[in-house]
Amino acid sequence: MNRRLPLLITILLFGYAFLYIPIVSLIVYSFNESRLVTVWSGFSTKWYAELLQNGPLLSAAWLSIRIAALTATLSVVLGTLAALALVRFRRFRGRGSLEVMVTAPLVMPEVIIGLSLLLLFVAMENVIGWPAGRGMTTIVIAHTTFAMAYVAVVVQSRLAHMDLSLEEAALDLGARPIKVFFTITLPLIAPSLAAGWLLAFTLSLDDLVVASFVSGPGATTLPMVVYSSVRLGVSPEINALATIIVGLVAMAVLIAGYILWRQEKHGRSDNL
Amino acid sequence: MTNVRQFKPEEPWQAPEGEPIVRIDNVTKRFGAFYAVDDISLNIHQGEFFSLLGSSGCGKTTLLRMLAGFETPTSGHIYIDGQDVTNIPAYERPVNMMFQSYALFPHMNVADNIAFGLKQEGMPRAEREARVAEMLALVQIEPLAKRKPHQLSGGQRQRVALARALAKHPKILLLDEPLGALDKKLREQTQFELVNIQERLGITFIVVTHDQEEAMTMSSRIALMHEGRIEQVDPPRRLYEFPSTRYAAGFIGSVNLFDGYVIQQDDDQVLIQCDEADSQLLVRHSQPLIPGMEVTVALRPEKIRVLNRLEEEAPNQLRGQIKEIAYLGDVSIYHVELPGGKRVQFTQSNIQALAEQPLTWDEEILLGWSANSCGVLTE
Repeated sequence: MNRRLPLLITILLFGYAFLYIPIVSLIVYSFNESRLVTVWSGFSTKWYAELLQNGPLLSAAWLSIRIAALTATLSVVLGTLAALALVRFRRFRGRGSLEVMVTAPLVMPEVIIGLSLLLLFVAMENVIGWPAGRGMTTIVIAHTTFAMAYVAVVVQSRLAHMDLSLEEAALDLGARPIKVFFTITLPLIAPSLAAGWLLAFTLSLDDLVVASFVSGPGATTLPMVVYSSVRLGVSPEINALATIIVGLVAMAVLIAGYILWRQEKHGRSDNL
Repeated sequence: MTNVRQFKPEEPWQAPEGEPIVRIDNVTKRFGAFYAVDDISLNIHQGEFFSLLGSSGCGKTTLLRMLAGFETPTSGHIYIDGQDVTNIPAYERPVNMMFQSYALFPHMNVADNIAFGLKQEGMPRAEREARVAEMLALVQIEPLAKRKPHQLSGGQRQRVALARALAKHPKILLLDEPLGALDKKLREQTQFELVNIQERLGITFIVVTHDQEEAMTMSSRIALMHEGRIEQVDPPRRLYEFPSTRYAAGFIGSVNLFDGYVIQQDDDQVLIQCDEADSQLLVRHSQPLIPGMEVTVALRPEKIRVLNRLEEEAPNQLRGQIKEIAYLGDVSIYHVELPGGKRVQFTQSNIQALAEQPLTWDEEILLGWSANSCGVLTE
């Protein structure tokens, strides 16, 4: 056991290095004085200041945040409904296919999601005239289709652990099913809804591939701006932006993780 | 076994004209090919403390859940207070249930848990608060009103669950293993309290339990269930003393069973030939039996006495050799082997701390009992 420890530590260090050195170097160089990304010439925060002057970048960021918030909210509603259907209604027609469809976006290549949604939107515009053109609406719809799968998985696991007799007790005490949902079920699964919202928000904020397929002129999200500007050469401004995004995403993931961990702990003490 | 009920002024199930508060009419519940409840008919009367007793999987919980409205019978009808509730949803039935897990709402404090049902029926605030206070006092947990369920002990949670289920003054209270999660000491104490509360409020209690001692202690009547059917419905004392089937005899307490056939019946006494015991046994039995019919004699271990010598003219005497002795403190259990190899169990209270001539292993003894202390089983 002890003789294997050094090996384990080495593997661990390699793993961490592999994952985090790129990010660390990105953060370090965002504080670089020089315009040349690869040459260190002293500490400075001037690229952050410059970032604030960059109009197109800021408006892209604002658009991305709005899309992410909308996506997260829609995903929570739809994902929760899907989870409820899967956990609470044991048998219904099409249950098997719903189960597969809900989790399919988790494993589907993004390129395929993007392409198929693009084709759908074009076809819909031709047939029913909506959505007229592509832009923020189509991006939100596209993001929701895959983000809701993650929400459904998170909420599903919480629902599965919830004591069914809590809902039965509320019914027994005279609450109608819809009231039971809002006064008992919803408060009890609220932590997983919050975690799901944050997860969906992060996924939407990160996404480049699907958004590129379904966006139109005038709707350029932050990852799209970053990607196109990097093709013209890496500027330290992008480093600064990336640092901020990494910070935000890390925070959201940590909060979501904390919420889930706390509910897990709390849930266990409930069942005593 | 003791029954807490000292006074039983009326036995409502004896009165044929009384309309039962619960009428279960040929109810069957099938899950796929499995009959959880198989064609049960049962009447339960106002003010009863009725127990559904049986081992797990006997259908008792399914029956209770059909009364609550969580399951719908595959066929048959359920009437509560004269109304057909078979297809009425749980939230419209005049019954409340205390769950085995207690099912307290973890995000509400004790008072809000108890008030939940009252809020659903739109009771005005002042009245509601008075009712909650009354319930808290009933189960003696007034100081805990503002606590959350996870801050309570198991026994306190059980009280909250009881108070919440009683708050709406239901016509019937259903209790699913109400004492199952408590430790032994607390369970014994709580049994008495449950009975007191039930007698004070006069509400009909229907309890599901797998614990025979619990059922014997609290119930006015017990329905013993087995594989989705009812074996016997009787007050605890009758169920113990006069089981009607072999299953009922074996489920409650211990019993010695002797297979045999009827030789003759005079008035209310039957003579039965038992080859296992190599003897003829005399049993009191008033229902008519046909000579030659195969029957079983059931004999409780505590009804057997050790005789000093063979008593002329007295029936039911068997010789045997003591093979096992289990000393339990209050009683000792003896296993006696008859000459034919059959084992008979009997118990003796340890009246003296040190008996002068204690029975010992391999001792040859003579056992005897009266015709009144055993029964005939035909099923």
